Amino acid sequence: MTEAGLPLLVVNKLCKSYNSFQAVKCVSFDLYPGEILGLLGPNGAGKTTIIHMLLGLTSPTSGEIRIFGLNPEKAREREKILSRMNFSSSYVAMPYSLTIRESLHVFARLYGVKKARAKVDMLIEQFELKEVANRPVRTLSSGQMTRLNLAKSFVNDPDILLLDEPTASLDPDIADRTRKYLLEVKKSRNMAILYTSHNMQEMEEISDRLLFIHHGEIIAGGTPEELIARFRGEDLEDVFLKVAREVRP
Amino acid sequence: MKWHRISAMFLRHIYLYRHSLTRLVEIFYWPLLDLLVWGFVSIYLSRLSSEGKNTTNFLGLFLGALILWDILFRSQQGISVSFLEEVWARNFLNLFVSSLTIGEYLFSLMLVSVFKVALVIMISSLLAWVLYSFNLFILGISLLPFVLNLVMLGWAIGLLTTALILRFGQQAEVLAWGVAFLFQPLSAVFYPVSVLPRFLQKLAMFIPASYVFEGMRAVIFGRGISLEQLARAFLLNLIYLSLSLFFFFRMFKSVRAKGLLGRMGE
Repeated sequence: MTEAGLPLLVVNKLCKSYNSFQAVKCVSFDLYPGEILGLLGPNGAGKTTIIHMLLGLTSPTSGEIRIFGLNPEKAREREKILSRMNFSSSYVAMPYSLTIRESLHVFARLYGVKKARAKVDMLIEQFELKEVANRPVRTLSSGQMTRLNLAKSFVNDPDILLLDEPTASLDPDIADRTRKYLLEVKKSRNMAILYTSHNMQEMEEISDRLLFIHHGEIIAGGTPEELIARFRGEDLEDVFLKVAREVRP
Repeated sequence: MKWHRISAMFLRHIYLYRHSLTRLVEIFYWPLLDLLVWGFVSIYLSRLSSEGKNTTNFLGLFLGALILWDILFRSQQGISVSFLEEVWARNFLNLFVSSLTIGEYLFSLMLVSVFKVALVIMISSLLAWVLYSFNLFILGISLLPFVLNLVMLGWAIGLLTTALILRFGQQAEVLAWGVAFLFQPLSAVFYPVSVLPRFLQKLAMFIPASYVFEGMRAVIFGRGISLEQLARAFLLNLIYLSLSLFFFFRMFKSVRAKGLLGRMGE
């Protein structure tokens, strides 16, 4: 068991190649309880491949992943890991013929949540989905869909949450409230969050630490302030542009 | 009406065929299968008529065969279409980032398949009785091994097609509707195996469904079923189901290594 203060997730020299193409070039990093770690990088940098390897969707070519001290490449350990993790992406949807309530109930059962109905009611309330709770998922706006995805990712009260551009389709008001909610649960539940976004202002606001990934490599890491200083940028957006255009610190 | 707009829409569909072998094959696939099945049915009917068997229970032969075929088809669809539903809904990733195991997932699809088959039997037998006074249950207790064998074959085909869709993506989804019918001419659904040319008769020996449909005809003609043939069908089904499961797990592993699993659900 992982003790408080030790990393929940440790990635060591993780590589992924597709034939001769190296999508991820032996990256190493860790994630601590109560921390939001942002993955930054242009499209095709390797962020999604890293997330997919952490979730067990893609097998690594080499390297090591330890989550809660367990190895996700081993089937039995993977089951234990995934029951304490969750994931949300704006590119993933939910069963479109089911209502919001039914969808969340399916996932509550899938994660073996006790008192599933009460949990679903709480999530519906929390993510402001009450008015549309009995509507089929296919009728939801993209903002409502994103909120449903986020609600699903909290169904098992995860210790680690992986969020791939979770606020991409939200209006500024809901996006702001979502960030505040994430910061609140991170603090209250000591939750570790791995976060990707192309909204630099958001990354600056929410992340405790950032990793810049480019061409499958981590080329820089640190707090938003440290990165801005190291790249001599005006803000994180400026840093992002410099990194995407191949400028190194 | 503007020709450039019509031609643009025409091209939009023709381009699809340039990039999809499955769509191209489909154009020839269905007419060929129809020709084979109905050609053999015609041979069977003319043989019966030349033998002077005009009192044959055609209603039982064809309605029974149709209902039993639907059992096979729905059990296969219970696997492959249920899988596709997750892909279409872009919900696939949500399932496989949970602690759901492949074994649990496949078992749940098999349960869906059994549920669909139960509905098919209920509705089809009721409609056949109300509309045509045909009682499916004249097949008696033999209906149970017939259904079991057809469901097992449906699962084997369903797992095979699902594994291929997993590997080749949505361009292969046409397989979910087409592959079962590939077995139809050799399954001798609407005619006895003896109607087939000799080389196809030999191939039919390897299709478990052919024993079921032969058995059904034997019951309708009052000859009783051959337990040996049913056992052979069961054994073949066990082999095919094991091979399909092995193929599915191998394909799943390969798809994980190629990073295709993540793309499947987005």
